[in-house]
This record gives sequence, structure tokens and C-alpha cells, in this order.
Amino acid sequence: MPLIEIDGQQLEVAPGATVMDAAHQAGIYIPHFCYHKKLSIAASCRMCLVEVEKAPKPLPACATPVTDGMKVMTRSPKAVTAQKGVMEFLLINHPLDCPICDQGGECQLQDIAVGYGGSASNYQEPKRVVKDKELGPLIATDMTRCIHCSRCVRFGQEIAGLMELGMPGRGEHTEVMPFLEAQVTHELSGNVIELCPVGALTSKPFRYAARSWELSRRKSVSPHDGLGANVQVHVKNGKVFRVVPQDNEAVNECWIADRDRYSYEALNSDQRLTRPMLKDGGTWREVSWQDALERVATRLAEIRASKGAAAIGGLASPHQTVEELYLFTKLLRGLGTENIDHRPAQAVDTQGQGARWLGMPVADLNNLERVLLIGATLRQEQPLIAQRLRQAVKRGAQLHVVHAADDNLLCKLAGKLIVKPSAWVNALARIAAALRDAGASVSLSTGDIQADDAARAIAASLMSGARKAVLLGAVAQNHPAANEIHALAQAIAAATGATLGFLSPAANSVGGQVVGTLPGPGGLAAAAMLGKPGVASIAAYVLLGVEPELEACDTAQARATLDGAEFVVLMSAFKTQAMDYADVLLPIAPFTETGGAFVNTEGRLQVFHGAVKPRGEARPAWKVLRVLGNLLSLGGFDYDSVEGVRADALPQGQDGIAAHLNNAAATVDLPGLNMAEGLERLGETPINQLDALTRRSAPLQATADAAAPRAWMCGDQLAGLNLNTGDAARIRQNGHEIVLPVDRDDRLAPGTVRIAAAHPLTAGLGARFGIISVEKA
Amino acid sequence: MSLNAPNHKVCTWTLDYDNPASLATYTANGGYEALRKILSEKTPAEDIIAQVKTSALRGRGGAGFPTGLKWSFMPRAFPGDKYVVCNTDEGEPGTFKDRDILMFNPHQLIEGMIIAGYTLGAKAGYNYIHGEIFEQYESWQQALDEARTAGFLGRNILGSGWDFDLHAHHGYGAYICGEETALLESIEGKKGQPRFKPPFPASFGLYGKPTTINNTETLASIPWIMRHGGQAFLELGKPNNGGSKLFSVSGHVNKPGNYEIPLGTPFADLLEMAGGVRKGHQLKAVIPGGSSAPVLTAEAMMACTMDFDSISKAGSMLGSGAVIVMDDSVCMVKALERLSYFYFEESCGQCTPCREGTGWLYRIVHRIESGRGRPEDLDELLRIGKNIAGNTICALGEAAVGPVASFVKHFRKEFEYHIEHKRCMVGV
Repeated sequence: MPLIEIDGQQLEVAPGATVMDAAHQAGIYIPHFCYHKKLSIAASCRMCLVEVEKAPKPLPACATPVTDGMKVMTRSPKAVTAQKGVMEFLLINHPLDCPICDQGGECQLQDIAVGYGGSASNYQEPKRVVKDKELGPLIATDMTRCIHCSRCVRFGQEIAGLMELGMPGRGEHTEVMPFLEAQVTHELSGNVIELCPVGALTSKPFRYAARSWELSRRKSVSPHDGLGANVQVHVKNGKVFRVVPQDNEAVNECWIADRDRYSYEALNSDQRLTRPMLKDGGTWREVSWQDALERVATRLAEIRASKGAAAIGGLASPHQTVEELYLFTKLLRGLGTENIDHRPAQAVDTQGQGARWLGMPVADLNNLERVLLIGATLRQEQPLIAQRLRQAVKRGAQLHVVHAADDNLLCKLAGKLIVKPSAWVNALARIAAALRDAGASVSLSTGDIQADDAARAIAASLMSGARKAVLLGAVAQNHPAANEIHALAQAIAAATGATLGFLSPAANSVGGQVVGTLPGPGGLAAAAMLGKPGVASIAAYVLLGVEPELEACDTAQARATLDGAEFVVLMSAFKTQAMDYADVLLPIAPFTETGGAFVNTEGRLQVFHGAVKPRGEARPAWKVLRVLGNLLSLGGFDYDSVEGVRADALPQGQDGIAAHLNNAAATVDLPGLNMAEGLERLGETPINQLDALTRRSAPLQATADAAAPRAWMCGDQLAGLNLNTGDAARIRQNGHEIVLPVDRDDRLAPGTVRIAAAHPLTAGLGARFGIISVEKA
Repeated sequence: MSLNAPNHKVCTWTLDYDNPASLATYTANGGYEALRKILSEKTPAEDIIAQVKTSALRGRGGAGFPTGLKWSFMPRAFPGDKYVVCNTDEGEPGTFKDRDILMFNPHQLIEGMIIAGYTLGAKAGYNYIHGEIFEQYESWQQALDEARTAGFLGRNILGSGWDFDLHAHHGYGAYICGEETALLESIEGKKGQPRFKPPFPASFGLYGKPTTINNTETLASIPWIMRHGGQAFLELGKPNNGGSKLFSVSGHVNKPGNYEIPLGTPFADLLEMAGGVRKGHQLKAVIPGGSSAPVLTAEAMMACTMDFDSISKAGSMLGSGAVIVMDDSVCMVKALERLSYFYFEESCGQCTPCREGTGWLYRIVHRIESGRGRPEDLDELLRIGKNIAGNTICALGEAAVGPVASFVKHFRKEFEYHIEHKRCMVGV
């Protein structure tokens, strides 16, 4: 290890380290703008110039590798002169508009100017003015402030995988801009706001809303996808003003997805439910908590008495906290019902032997060498896990995909089987057959399925290399053949020495399983509870944070079933479509207004505290459930803190979670190897329709990702149906019908019609998967 | 003249013939003989590098770096692709020699590049040709085709079993692409911006592979050296300054043009060859090596010989050999304004001191020239220059500062007159 001296401190540094790394290690700060730990080295801002003994010129610390015996001086007269000179240059064309700049108070240029610049400028010539750019609904620009550090450009190239910003022009005329005035659409785009060391790129929704020093910063956890990105919630006067990333190398590194960043806008929306409400004679009225809770307790007790406990069903959102799901489950079990679930989108009650999880630490994703990704619309489901896999591919990992859509994952794919959803089981069986042909031991019989070349190539790749994973996405988990897909994925993983993992779709998918928010013996899962009323029909529904009319697998059926229910109570932060079918609405606090914990996809327990007081009369759901439990005289509901609830839910805390995690499938046969005939729907949850918050955030709903759904299919399919792009088409599915424009996407497998699920405009259709018909309207 | 006998017309001898650029003219006068000899005798690469070192051939593009030494940096045993790149991005204002080599002696460059490829273990070479010369780009392409047809390029060259090919790459006219790493970026299809070094191109060059980049005139001198030996080349010039060099003489002379003369020739002789300064005028100043070389006064220049060491001793540099001659009609403030504007426009904008500093320099000089100068401006120019030079990724920063510092140093009175009287002292 090279031994160097920096500002008189002697230290040993890792071979290949830069002077900047060494300074970090020594606790010495070297000012910089273009350098960023996650980006390639540009060495262009020149702010980090330091003196190195025997070097004729000052050298940039970020790009200079250490050598044994090197002597570095970061504050010598030579270094200071260079730094002061660079600082002066950076400021000559930078506007002195700090008083109206959103970056003011958290601006690297401001800070470093104070620390390393002069107090006055000699510059007396005209300043440069740069036209602002329109980057879409999320990012505001003041391009005159740009200091050309190129971090935003490198972010696009290296992290996002999509270069949406470039730096055309030369010299002083260099400008950061999108291509051909296009907007920035990538799902991680908001990260350029933190990357920008000045106020050139700032948050558009936050623009001019508050000064950074007025805001209190509270650590929290993003309540959206299963990663549980760590965030800071910035508040002032009891209101959330913005959400920014909180560094956690093990989880989200220093990034968050746009939906993590901008969903807070929904917290302040006028759709918030702020007072308990009762429906009497078809009319809603605001009532006291006392009246509302008594009504719920009375009605649930009546229905249990008249129809039995099995006539009560409880469905919770997987975005609720561990404590909420635990008490919710306790309440329903206390009432005597086993009809409990937190997986509204699943088509079948998936069976396994424990809580499904990633199967490995999130950080290990970057080091995988082989990945088979099954039924994951990855960039929409897991924007940051997609980023990690992209880094793995950059390092040489071979990524294979089984899906109905050959979406651009912004990285190289080594292999793919793109077939319509009903053919996925068959496709996986082909890979299993290829593995068996190649001598691997496959534990599952795949009948007379024969491998093809594509399957053989994937099998060969998976049999080579080390550090492998077979990952199941949300689409695979919501699939009608989810159990068969799971069994095959497990067999493939076992045959190749890969880890089997589930990409948890929601912030607390793992937590919901760990606390047992699942149907018990004889109980119904979500799909059955919301299905056609049959033998075991449900009379009373207790809903927690869920919007079944949008989130269910079969939304049209769910809505019809709920419309016919005898009693529905919804605990929600928002006035949802339940206004049409519910009887009681109880306002509960969203994640910023209550404490709690989520268990993320790697089984990590992440605790957070409320950042602001609940709005209006909304209350934390755990308190509502506590009172309800007591009103129903269920016993064991005497909690006085959320920590107390957590202690019961997870008696051993983080240490107890591992024992629950198990991705093993229940034994299944493979009856469904035959593909269905005809057109099939591929219904995924769009990135900004994941939960109640994302779908009510105005800026997220203004993004390109939130564009109105269309019926997408490949060109041949369109031609076969005698349809052209933009034509309105009548779509029929399982007796339901809607009209949508059609569009062309040649990345879709033949026979596949991609129609977004979880969207108000498509909720009138049937299940996320299944046979549909399309004809000109 | 020809390549068959040692003479000082190293690169320009073909101009004695009717079809100087043709393969026939070249081969009839000793062209490709050096290559043929090397391939048939399988001359070891070390021997070739030793000859080039002996020749004291120094880079003709501007920096004057010893070519043999540069070649010895190349990891010849490195497995995998390696490249030879010729820099014909002749963008230095005042320089127009390489374009004439492409036009009138293309095969000598091709032969030089093939020998370089053989010596350095490359399988392919690129010639990056300045974006603003079109005819030369096309004619050199034709020469490549001729050479390929004749078996000097491609597979199994001259039956030796060795493969090598060359490609022409047309730039887009950016000055910065003459900087060797910006040139590599440009060939790779990226924005032409210099790379931070280290790593140097010899270890991480074109497409990340070991690469050697030489100037056109440098590579075109190689066949001569291999025909007559390094010692003969060295003896053409003077110690540490081997060979002849092309000088592009422009400005206030009666016969501007390219002159190939042995290094060490007195400037006075070169000026005489170029017809001397215009009648009725006195020599005032000379920029001896392209626009980024510091200007020298007439007095200093007349005492110089045309070689790297002499010009360097006088406080400037031989650079690319672009000799810009200015007589007493020149306003030095106006001349500097023009030069500063060039660097302001051509800064790539990547690193701060150059992007911001070149604009600042230009704006001050422009203000002085337009009669709005302030007494403190001159010291300010020097101060800004010091903050640019040495703090940038590439040498463009220094190149921009060189003229400013030297003009103010040697002609300060003229600048002061401008500031005080708000007009020029020339022609008053």
C-alpha cells in the first residue's frame, strides 16, 4: 500500500486511489464541483487543484493517482492561488442572484466561494446569459447559473443509462441541454437536482416555495417500491415541502426515483380525507371519531352475529407500515375471520413456505454475473434496482429476460424469451429442459417440452459464471400461473446454483408477510374476496389504505363486488372512489404523519418517525385500529406507542425477520404448459400509479410516464386487426368493455395487448391477464 | 531531387516533378523502398526506433517532443489492438504545411505511417484530417486506394505476411481537435475534448488501446530517415534538432509560402527566401511558431536561427513552424485582439480556467482596442493569464495566454498609448 503525506499527515492508502480519496481518508476536505463519488472523473472544474511535490503544475486531486512517497499540499500558497483563481473564473459569469435562487443556502458554489474565493471580483465585463430549457414537469432550469461541471450529463450516461442531457457548443457557448428540445423523461431524472452544485437544475414543484434554511429535515423511508429508499422529508410550519435522498449505500446509494421524490405533492392535495365520514341514506356527512368508530364496531359485530365471522374480509395495502398491518391482522383474526390479505393485485393466492424476499442483500445486485429476470417490468417496478442491475451489466453481467415485452432496460441483454403471458410457463420449461439437456439436475418434470436455441443459450449462460440470481418481478407475482412460474424459477435457480429472489412490489410487501397479513386456514385471498360473490361471499369489508377499484387484479369485478357489499369501511388518507360504495371513511395519516416501519425487499427493517402532525382530524392508523379493537372488546389492543405495537409485531426486531424469509415454493404440478389461443392482455401497474400517493401527485401525473393508457401491440397484430396507430378500439374482456386508442410497439410479443392496469381509464376492464378482444370502435 | 539521395528536401522533393502526388512519381524516385527493405529483412522494431532516436527527429506539430522517445513508450508487446494516428488537424493559425504534404507528397506520409505501424505493432492507422480542407482529404483518400491496389496496404503487404491498413478521418474544423486526446475522442465519434492525462495515449489511447500520435510532417520524415539513416538526418540539421523543417511563412512578406530548410538556418535567410518584408516597411515583430507561440521583436528574431533550441532561448517556441511576419503597419493591440478572439472561440469549454479566462482576456483586449481601456487592464491581463496557464487539462490554456503575455511584455508602450489616447499609435 502506498504511503503518502497529505498536509503533513502520513497515511497508507489503497493502491489506485486518487489524491481525493486519500484526502477523504485523512479527513481533509478538498473543494470540488465536477467530482462525484458515483460518477466518472471529469477533472474539468479544476477546483480541486492541489500542490504535489515535484509536480511543476498544480494537479487535480480527483484525477491524480497516488504514488508511494507522494507529498500533497492542499493549502499551500501554490494550491490556494490555483483554487482562488479557479473560484474567480467560476464566478465571473455566474449571476449574483442568490437571493432569488432556490439553491441558496445549500449551494456548493456559494459555500466554496465563501471558503476558498476572494471577497470581491475584478470582473467588470458583461456576463453570459443562457436561455433556460424546458425539461418537463419535474426539473426547473436557470441555465445562466450553470458552471459546466457536467455531472448531470454524466449521470444520464452512467447511472440512468439514457443520455437525455448533453453539452453542445464550445467554450463559453457550451450549454447543457436536452436533445432537440426534448424533455427529460427518465424515471431517475430528479437526481440531477442534487447533483447540480448550483441552482441551474432545481425542483420545479418546490420552486420558490421555501428557503432551504427554513426547512427542518426529518429522515424517513419512501413508501413506494420494495426497495424502501431512504429519504429526508423537509418540512416547515407543519407542511411537507419536499423530499430528497438520504444516503444509504446498502439501499438506495445516494439516489431516489422520481416517484420517491415527488409523491409528497399528494400529501397536500385537496383529495385528502381529513375528517371521519359516515354514509346514511346514501348521503355522506362528517362525524366525530366517536360516532364513526362506534358505527364500525356495531356493524362488524352485527354482521358477525348474523352471518358468521367468515362473512368479514380484510384487505390492506402493502404500503402500510408493519405496525398497521400487524394490528389490522390482529383485529380481523380477533373477529374470527381468516379472510385477510395485503396483496390486492395478485390473481391467485400464491403459496410458498415463508415470506418472499430478494434472496440476497440489495447491494449484492451490483456484483451479479448472471441474472434471469422473469416477469419484471423493471424500470417501472424497481427504478433503482434497475439501476443496480445496469451497473452489474456494465461490469460484464449477462442479463436474460422472460417477459411479453422486450422493454429497453437501458443496458445490454444477453438473452431473452419474449412471449405472451400465457406462454411464460412454457418458456421457463424450455429453459429447464435445456438445462437438463446440458446435464444440469432439474428437480421438476417438464413433460415433453423441448428446448429451443434461445432457451439453450440462456441455459448455457446461467450454467457458467458465478454469483447468479433468478429474479421474479411483480408481473410474474400477479400472473395467474404465479405458482407454476415460481416452481420453475426455483428449479432453474437450483439447477444453476443461482439465488431465487422476489422483487417486492411494495414498500412493505415483506413486512406484510412477516406479520402474517395473509389468509389463514380456510380464508380467502384478495382475488377471491374481491371475486364474484359465491359460496363464501363477504358481507363486510375492512379496507386499509387500499383502492381495490384500481389496485385489484380484476378491477371491474372488484368494484362490482364492493358495490354489492353490505358494509364497507375504508381507512385511508384520501377520499377515494370508495365514496361510491363504502359506508364509513376513517382518515388515517400517510407516512409523513405517523411513525412506523417497513421491511424492504432484502428483509431490512427500516423505522421512521412522523415528520409533521396528521392533517385535520386524521390519525395514525395504528391508533384507529387500537380504538377499534377495544370497542370490539377484542383484548390485547392496549398500546400506548407505536414502538409498543412494533415490539409485539416483531418481538426480536430485525433479528427475528430472517427466520421468516424463505423463497421456497410449495410443491406444484405443472398443468398449465399449454398456451392460450388468441389475444391476451398484459396489465402492469404503471410507475406513477403504484399507490394512493403516486397517483395523486400532480407533477408525477404530468410526466411522460403517466400518459393516458393505450392498447399497445406489435405492428403485425395491428395490421391483422385492421387498425392503425391512434384508432379508437373497443376492448372486451370477460364481459367488460372499454374504448381505448391503439398504438404500435414492436417490442411486444405477438398475441400480446399491453393495457396498463391500476389506472382509472382501464379499471372498467377485467383482470390484468387473460383473453381479450380488440376491434375498431 | 528524390528519396534516393540524401538532400534537405525531406518532404517537398516531389514538387520537382510534373505529377508530384502520383504513386508512379513516388516509386520511380525511391518511394516505398524503405518499407520494402524493412519488410524483406524483417528489421527489428528496436533498430528502427534506434534510427529515429539517432536522427533527433522532433515532433513537427508544435511541441517538438523527440519522436524516437515517444515511440519507445509504446507497449509493443501489449496483446490486442494498437493504433498509429497521424495528426493532420493543422488548426494552428499561420500553419499550412501538412495540407501541402497531403496534396503533393501523400505517399511519403503513407509509407511513414506503415513503417510506424510496423514498428509499433499496430494493425491499423488513422489520419485525422482538418475539417476545413476538402480537396486534400479526397486526394489523400485516392492515394490510399492507389497504395492499397499496389499492395502497400491491406493484407500480406508485399508478400511479407504482415497486415496493416490506413483510414482517413475528416474532422470538423475545431482547433481543439489538434490536441491529441481530443483528436482521439473525435475519431471515436465523441465531442472533441481533451482527456485528462495520465493515462497517456501510449497506454490508453484510441478506443482505450495503446496509441501513438504523430504529426504529418513527422511521419512523412520517417521514410527519408530509414533510407539514409538517422545520422544523415541529424546532420541535415544541428545537434538535438535533426533534419529539415517546413516553415509556413505568412504575413507581410513578398513571397509567402512553405519553405523547407535545414533546422538551424538563420531567420534572416528564411526571410530573404520569402522575399523580405514589403517595400517601404520595417520588420516589427514575428510570431515564429504559430499563433500560440509568444511574439518576438524584430531585433530578437533577426538574431535567431530556425530551430527548436534557438527560438526557445529567445523566449518563444518553434511550434509548428508557422512564421507570422508583421511589419511596422501592424497595430499590436488589434493583432492581439484578433488572436485572443480566436482562443476565446476555440476553447473547448471543458475546464473552467480556459472556458472563462479566454473570454475575460478577449473582452479586456477588445475594450482596450475600442478605446475603453483602463490603466489597470494590462496588469490584470497578466494576472488572469497566470491563473489560466498551468491550471488546465490541455495546453490550450497556455496557448491562449502566450500571445497576451508576450504582446504586453514586448509592446507595452503601444497598449499604454491605446489606453491613454483611446486610439492607435501606428500610422499616426
